Amino acid sequence: MKARVHVMLKNGVLDPQGEAVRHALGALGFEGVNGVRQGKVIELDLADGTSEAQVTEMCEKLLANTVIEGYTVELS
Amino acid sequence: MRAAVITFPGSNCDRDLAVGLQMAGAEVVRVWHKDSTLPDGVDLVGIPGGFSYGDYLRCGAIAANSPICAAVKTHAERGGYVFGVCNGFQVLTETRLLPGALMRNAGLKYICRTVGLEVAENASDFLHGYDAGQVIQIPIAHHDGNYTAAPDELDRLIGEGRVAFRYTDNPNGSARDIAGITSANGRVLGMMPHPERAMEPAHGSSDGARLFAGLIGSMAQA
Repeated sequence: MKARVHVMLKNGVLDPQGEAVRHALGALGFEGVNGVRQGKVIELDLADGTSEAQVTEMCEKLLANTVIEGYTVELS
Repeated sequence: MRAAVITFPGSNCDRDLAVGLQMAGAEVVRVWHKDSTLPDGVDLVGIPGGFSYGDYLRCGAIAANSPICAAVKTHAERGGYVFGVCNGFQVLTETRLLPGALMRNAGLKYICRTVGLEVAENASDFLHGYDAGQVIQIPIAHHDGNYTAAPDELDRLIGEGRVAFRYTDNPNGSARDIAGITSANGRVLGMMPHPERAMEPAHGSSDGARLFAGLIGSMAQA
């Protein structure tokens, strides 16, 4: 089984990299890009039977820094 | 006074930190990241600057979950001293021994230069070598030194006198100009600037030497 973890900076935490990407898109002539937030996608190849709770624990202990980041888990 | 300095794969200021502690009179033992215990009788653990584990995932995140860091947490919880510089500060926030987090510099650039630091009102042993309000010159060298924490956490750090150093001219976007903070018991200090790179006039500044001398001096008396 596989899990896909999305890690994003929490709302309200300034994302300087996203801002730089937004400026670069403007410089390329793309108008109307009002905001860019940059995050990470982490794909996990897991033993069958791994529970969502175990993946959540992985996020809490290592994959995300919950001081500044939020995460979502998709199992497939 | 016995100090342990940890080396992770990618640490690059471990020797400088060890020499800084030795110059102030400490006996220094070098410790490897795979060790699961600290040597007997260690009073202070130094967590050096560098790029532990290549800064993979987040700066300090893998190091914070290494075998030696479990021993460092136990040492800190028993009231032991811990000093983290630069990547060491990032490791200390990732272990949650210090609050907040260090994000990418607001200007997105790696910055390597000497900056002014104001010594804050902070009663910890780390600052015995300085006077509150004094401005010292210490080098920084980091890409992810932008200190952030929730507004109420920042208020609490300031209210409890746990800010150790403030930038006089904020180089990286850090909240409230914070360059270093201490734990609630004053025994853990994390700071982005490198006092171990300002030990003698040939380094351009010897202001860092007073941190080591003040700390080791006050620990020896205790």
